[in-house]
Amino acid sequence: MRDNETIARKYHPIIEPLTRSGWPFWITVIPLSIIFLWSFFAFGWQYVWGLGVTGMGHPMSWTLYLVNFVFFIGISHAGTLISAILRITDAGWRTPITRAAEIVTVFALAAGPTNILFDLGRSARFYWVALHAQFKSPLLWDFTCIMIYFVTSVVFLYVLMIPDIAILRDRFTGRRWFYKLLSLGWSGTERQERILKTVSAFLCIAVIPIAVSVHTVVSWVFGMQTQPMWHSTIFGPYFVTGAIYSGIATIIIVAGILRRVYHLEEYLQPIHFNNMGLLLLTMSLLWFYFTFAEYLTTLYGGGTHELAVFWVKIAGKYSVMFWLMVLFCFIIPFPVLAMKRSRTILGTSIASISILIGMWLERYLIIIPTLSEPRLPYDRGAYMPSWVEWSMMAGLSAGFILAIVLFSKFFPVISIWEMEKEKNEMADGR
Amino acid sequence: MVIDLDRCTGCQACVVACRQENNVSFAGEKQAKLGRAKFWMNLISEVKGTYPDVEMHFIPMPCMHCDHPPCTIVCPVAATYKNPEGIVAQVYPRCIGVRMCISNCPYTVRYFNWYAPSWPEEYEKGLNPDVFRRRKGITEKCNFCIQRIRRAKEKAKKEKRRILDGEVIPACVETCPSEALYFGDLNDPKSQVSRLSKSRRAFRLLEDLATEPKVFYLKEGEWNEG
Repeated sequence: MRDNETIARKYHPIIEPLTRSGWPFWITVIPLSIIFLWSFFAFGWQYVWGLGVTGMGHPMSWTLYLVNFVFFIGISHAGTLISAILRITDAGWRTPITRAAEIVTVFALAAGPTNILFDLGRSARFYWVALHAQFKSPLLWDFTCIMIYFVTSVVFLYVLMIPDIAILRDRFTGRRWFYKLLSLGWSGTERQERILKTVSAFLCIAVIPIAVSVHTVVSWVFGMQTQPMWHSTIFGPYFVTGAIYSGIATIIIVAGILRRVYHLEEYLQPIHFNNMGLLLLTMSLLWFYFTFAEYLTTLYGGGTHELAVFWVKIAGKYSVMFWLMVLFCFIIPFPVLAMKRSRTILGTSIASISILIGMWLERYLIIIPTLSEPRLPYDRGAYMPSWVEWSMMAGLSAGFILAIVLFSKFFPVISIWEMEKEKNEMADGR
Repeated sequence: MVIDLDRCTGCQACVVACRQENNVSFAGEKQAKLGRAKFWMNLISEVKGTYPDVEMHFIPMPCMHCDHPPCTIVCPVAATYKNPEGIVAQVYPRCIGVRMCISNCPYTVRYFNWYAPSWPEEYEKGLNPDVFRRRKGITEKCNFCIQRIRRAKEKAKKEKRRILDGEVIPACVETCPSEALYFGDLNDPKSQVSRLSKSRRAFRLLEDLATEPKVFYLKEGEWNEG
């Protein structure tokens, strides 16, 4: 058993943010809380009056909520997936970044499906999906996969945090009961470490197929429908790629901000951003490949209905968004990430922000143009989100950031015990 | 159902009759512009050419009642299903408003209650007591006036016989002044709809999707050929 007090002192900068909260904390948290609470009002408004207060109509019946649903679920992907893959492959550089990745996963995964709740005509009856399950519906598959993924991710985050919580338990007298409860009596005995090792190894392996299945099934919500440019076999891998792409981008941004705000320069070094940037570079190429393949196949195949959607995206009323998507998803991030000179912390952060905007646009462009151009030519729709939908989106994003900020005030954002273990292993000459 | 496009004059009586029979609520002009108008029976019109060479075509669009309905399999709570008679029905109390059925309907004939349904005051008294008045947040659609079919079935059962051809017809068919709409049992080879559906003029919408609609259209004749 190692001395927790010594470890805590050694990793002082990591624990520091838990001990005090200055004015920067409050000026972040208060506006975020206001936006977050505002979205409750907006939801109440919608609940009372009906979905008519949104900008939806016929045939545009799935819109911004679905876009945000896919977007947030996408973000949730990289987290655990990256963390698990890097753990399995024993990539040494991953250690300081995994916790942040897991946090992003859990909160994005809480934010994503909430959109479905907003989107339901009778939100209070959402549990009927479980109660009156109809197994042929892709939405039920979705519900099942997301629930499993959410539970696994929370367990994953939690289990790998137990030793850290134990350190905190011994250090914070005021919150001891809280940490004591969560630490499950961890004292670092050999048996406990063995159990932890087994459990985490199992979770690492389990979480990868689950994560892949989640976004595949999310894509099937669209892909299984016979609508033009949704009904595509490439959707599964395309969505998963996009998900990991936007997920890594989010982790880079979150890690960048945490590093700056909590002065974690010592742990989150340029090498981490460089390596994450390389992963991002790979994903950007994959994204481009998939997008190109998808659009070229559609154009070449030349189905009437497909082409109607195709042209409205490329050159019609959605063309501005489309080319912005290409700009943000590929043209900006690719050169930045490709050159070693610009693959710095600032460079990768800029690329990441660009990717997040681009991927949001991609989700929008996947969902909305298809609905605006149904097969039969008489039903055409235009869509503009209403204040309610924007409020919900703002509230959700605020809630997501707020959750990360609050989390960072109660738990260390870098895995202390793993850093310590790694250091010891290195000292042992491995 | 068989719809003879040659006979359709585009008078929209079917649309009105359907609205009356099935308590289809009014959206109002402003909401209709946002795409919130409901038409269980809709009349699509197409204008070809410019004056004086103008052609007008009309297509009445009820639900197609597909034999392989894409809408029913996607519902996560089984609120919509194809009943044994082949009617694609909606169970209003079960529907939670996911709207996946709407997005997967290639004919876009499913409608959502964006607000609580409303009618002009003077209209409220005339609502059909046999038909459920939907609520906000659920999907609704044409069901071939299922209440009429049920009543006819009960009557036939009492008299221990099968329903006769033409005994039961939906409101749109009943009201059509030019008799462009026909309704009956497609399974009965002797029924009028069955015979008409085998006409050389018969076609269905988006047949390549293999949804097997049970609404057949009879093609219009050539305009310039007399």
